[in-house]
Amino acid sequence: MIGLLVGAPLLGAAVLLCGGRRLDRAGHWLACLLSGASFVIGVLFFLDMLGRSGDDRSLHSHLWSWVPVEGFQADVAFQLDQLSMTFVLLITGVGTLIHIYSVGYMEHDPRRRRFFGYLNLFLAAMLLLVLADNYLLLYVGWEGVGLASYLLIGFWQDKPSAAAAAKKAFLVNRVGDAGLAIAIFLMFTTFGSFAFAPVLSSATDASEGKLTAVGLMLLLAACGKSAQVPLQSWLGDAMEGPTPVSALIHAATMVTAGVYLITRSGAIFNAAPDAQTVVVVVGAVTLLFGAIVGCAKDDIKKALAGSTMSQIGYMILAAGLGPIGYAFAIMHLVTHGFFKAGLFLGAGSVMHGMNDEVNMRHYGGLRKHMPVTFVTFGLGYLAIIGFPGLSGFFSKDQIIEAAFAKGGTQGWILGAVTLLGAAITAYYMTRVMAMTFFGEKRWKPDAEGNEPHPHESPRSMTIPMVVLAFGSVFAGGLFKFNESFVNWLEPVTQFEHGHSPLSATAVTSATVVALVIGVGAAWLQYGRRTVPSVAPRGSLLTRAARRDLLQDDFNHIVLVNGGTYLTRSLVYADNKVVDGAVNGTAATFGGLSGRLRRLQNGFARSYAVSMFGGAAVLIAATLLMRAV
Amino acid sequence: MSFPLLTVTALVPAVGAVATAAVPAAKRTAAKWLALLFSLATLVLAAVVLAGFDPGGDRYQMTESRAWIADFGVRYELGVDGIGAVMIALTALLIPFVIGAGWNDADADEDADGAAGSGAPGGGGPAAGGVKSRWRPTQGFFALILAVEAMVVISFAATDVFLFYIFFEAMLIPMYFLIGGFGDKAHAAGEEEGAKQRSYAAVKFLLYNLAGGLIMLAAVIGLYVASADQLGEGTFSLQQLTQARASGDFSLADNTERLLFLGFFLAFAVKAPLWPLHTWLPNAMGEATAPVAVLITAVVDKVGTFAMLRFCLGLFPGASQWATPVVIVLALISIIYGALLAVGQRDIKRLVAYASISHFGFIVLGIFAMTSQGQGGATLYMVFHGISTAALMLVAGFLISRRGSRLIADYGGVQKVAPVLAGTFLVGGLATLSLPGLAPFISEFLVLAGTFSRYPVAGIVATAGIILAALYVLLLYQRTMTGPVEKPEIRRMPDLKVRELAVVTPLIALLVVLGLFPKPLTQIVNPAVEHTMSDVQKKDPKPQHPVADHGWFDYKPAKHSGGDHE
Repeated sequence: MIGLLVGAPLLGAAVLLCGGRRLDRAGHWLACLLSGASFVIGVLFFLDMLGRSGDDRSLHSHLWSWVPVEGFQADVAFQLDQLSMTFVLLITGVGTLIHIYSVGYMEHDPRRRRFFGYLNLFLAAMLLLVLADNYLLLYVGWEGVGLASYLLIGFWQDKPSAAAAAKKAFLVNRVGDAGLAIAIFLMFTTFGSFAFAPVLSSATDASEGKLTAVGLMLLLAACGKSAQVPLQSWLGDAMEGPTPVSALIHAATMVTAGVYLITRSGAIFNAAPDAQTVVVVVGAVTLLFGAIVGCAKDDIKKALAGSTMSQIGYMILAAGLGPIGYAFAIMHLVTHGFFKAGLFLGAGSVMHGMNDEVNMRHYGGLRKHMPVTFVTFGLGYLAIIGFPGLSGFFSKDQIIEAAFAKGGTQGWILGAVTLLGAAITAYYMTRVMAMTFFGEKRWKPDAEGNEPHPHESPRSMTIPMVVLAFGSVFAGGLFKFNESFVNWLEPVTQFEHGHSPLSATAVTSATVVALVIGVGAAWLQYGRRTVPSVAPRGSLLTRAARRDLLQDDFNHIVLVNGGTYLTRSLVYADNKVVDGAVNGTAATFGGLSGRLRRLQNGFARSYAVSMFGGAAVLIAATLLMRAV
Repeated sequence: MSFPLLTVTALVPAVGAVATAAVPAAKRTAAKWLALLFSLATLVLAAVVLAGFDPGGDRYQMTESRAWIADFGVRYELGVDGIGAVMIALTALLIPFVIGAGWNDADADEDADGAAGSGAPGGGGPAAGGVKSRWRPTQGFFALILAVEAMVVISFAATDVFLFYIFFEAMLIPMYFLIGGFGDKAHAAGEEEGAKQRSYAAVKFLLYNLAGGLIMLAAVIGLYVASADQLGEGTFSLQQLTQARASGDFSLADNTERLLFLGFFLAFAVKAPLWPLHTWLPNAMGEATAPVAVLITAVVDKVGTFAMLRFCLGLFPGASQWATPVVIVLALISIIYGALLAVGQRDIKRLVAYASISHFGFIVLGIFAMTSQGQGGATLYMVFHGISTAALMLVAGFLISRRGSRLIADYGGVQKVAPVLAGTFLVGGLATLSLPGLAPFISEFLVLAGTFSRYPVAGIVATAGIILAALYVLLLYQRTMTGPVEKPEIRRMPDLKVRELAVVTPLIALLVVLGLFPKPLTQIVNPAVEHTMSDVQKKDPKPQHPVADHGWFDYKPAKHSGGDHE
């Protein structure tokens, strides 16, 4: 039965991608249907799970023996526990909403059928990732979502920038994937297995050094998929993809897979404190990095991408804290899934009404023209900045508290970083809000000279936005109520109460102060004053942040140029040096090549002669040897 | 004596070659269908071999043994272990696709005057029909392909070293004509220069392989002398030699064994090909037509890696271990070097050739890692690389035939006008970069895991190869298939035709199915790998902290140490 969760969207992908043009008219509804079916099955499992006690909720389903080789057993088998269940509901729920949204958003695209095929493929791979019961099968889902992401970022393939961004995303992810592969090799040599149950239950048998190595390799994988420093560079470019893709894959689900991986492997990280420290540092650095980049971007999607990076930084940081943080990491992941998907869909709605303009400096005053978009986007905005009572408030507050609870100097540093991050989040999100919906109109005609006529988007787009807005408002409170979310996950991720040196009230107050400072600073700069249509030169930091804090320049100079130079010289060397050396050796053997070339005169007879010659040599040699 | 199934499997394509060559000049379509028919009949026979192979049975099955040159102890001995059976199946599987893809490749030469290619096709005999005034390239092309198939099948089945050697060398002749005689219709450097480069590539192919073969011949003779010395009567029989070695009747001095090993290994390393003996492959694959390029890299070259497993490890286990460090380093260089060179190529077919060099590095690495996973993975790698490269290269061939150019820069935006072609090309590429879910992933992962468990550093270096693989495949796709359609030749480009789809669809289906259910193959290969492992007296490294059995899988290896199921 668990297989059906994966099977339904997989069937959709296969039918839509192989089906041909006959399906152009109804294909997208088929995709929505199968995605919805997967969601319904997920809900049924969820209800069934609620009927059982906490320790009895894990389901297992073994389908077939996949790669049975002496000493190496991999199975196609699924495991559905509370952690997987949480993801299943998020993926299929948000996924189905975004399917419906895309029906409207992609209405005029001639390749809509293929788009929906890729979306279904993504769902199948993502579900495989969270349902696999072993790391090798997880790896299939892991690269599967990478493939879907590649196909969807590059969906408008005739745009060279989209094709380049897609390739970049796949490549950077492959670096992470190599990390995951090495982690699996390490598990294989250490435990003789890479299935969750045996490895995680006996993780403590292995030496700390081994576990640290495994942990760091898993972190490398997580950095690739979740766009964490130093493998974050692909996410901004990935905004080349259609906006529903950015919402589903590059905000709500796929990019959070790294958090899943670390939480799932908790038993390994718990026993490897050094690896945990690196996880926390990566999370902290990325949360500031993404936030700073998010402040400088004028492209609405890239600003949101910076924000995604930063929010996942929070989750990674929380996951690095161990049992005091896992549940909060996942909780923030889910609430973030709601409000960030909602924000992206809102951005898509704005672009839809503004001739696909993405530059916020050319927006302004849109709240009157797109009221539904304004309200839903606004609620998502309030949720992400952590406005008290909304989803983001509860989940982020918990992470900040847990960061302080890490203890010692580390705890103070991490706590301060998360608070600073909260302030910057409030700043850049207020900036987005102000530049888009407030102020005066700065609209510009598009490349063909069409003046924008902003209008509210069709029902198929606004309904998903409204649903996600509900999630953004209420999910956090619901999860926090009675500590229901923590209790739900506890059997899988374990939970310990962190002891923060600051009281919960003090942390909450500090968070609210940070929020007010961030909002106030942005409002002074972008709300009260007129926003220039052309970006000012900006400070050194702003200019660096616009270029992703110079990382792209580094990549270009070191990796692209260096790599090109390396391969060019190798191509030259292969033709001249290696080939030459071997040929030279051959030539010394009596100019054999020249003689053979002369034989190449096109007459069958001489070939026959040489064949006979060869055979004669052979027989002579045999005879000779016999005589010896 | 039971039915000589292996002989018949080799004989059918040989007869097919003669029959195809005998078809009159005017009836070239009939010749094509005849060739296809014979290749399909061979495929049926190979399927029978595979189905009839009993994984729990003897090491070599379907054995045949007849005296041949009694004076020299040469016997006509055939037999397959799991590895041989799988390789024969791969060969028989790919040939129909090679024929289907090359359906019209030889036609344009029809009216040209006698170029190369009219030589003696068929399994060593003179061409049926003798010397004719009118020359028939289509018939020749398909007859040569079938002749190669017959020889490759014998090579995979031969358990007599001398018998193997003869066919290992003899297949150079039809291959030489296939490379030199049939090329792409249009050549970037002009027709005359094209013919020149083609014949250069063919000669280079022949020279490299002949040189390797000659060295091997010396080693073959040396082996015979040594066996005559120690056993009283010289023999080339693999089984006899391994048995004698196991019982202690036959043991080589270290230096002798090493020299003989080198003689064999060099020949196989040229064919495989391993860095730095690889430079003939890009020339040959670049100049040959795409189906012939597939024949080279997916079928003929596999004889080299196969023979490393069967002959180098089987006959010279001590020397194999002695050479392991060097071979592993060469394999690693091949992996990284081949991939980097592929990134830098401007020619589609040469790019695939360098990618193949990288992949052969993986195969050799898996073989010499001397672990069950490494060698099992290497065997699967041979099969899966054959299928995936065939898919990629044949679609590349369809692309090239439309535009008349091999240069990557001459393309761009193809997916807009020919989405099916672009889609199949992408799937072939994804298989080449070992995307999980497709078959090559399984073999590559096994090779890497098997290598890592004994040589962690080598395992990590090789893993870097998967990143480069993504780079050369996706760069190729980006440059040829994406972007705006700017060139008028591309705007008019038709999508895949029915024949082309019929060629590529089953290959893609196989890549998917085998990626999900490789078990039928692993079952056959596993026991053979165990035998090879015991030949070299190696055991898998044990995990430091083995975990208890998971309890939920239904598979238990036949000879697992925990024999609670016996």
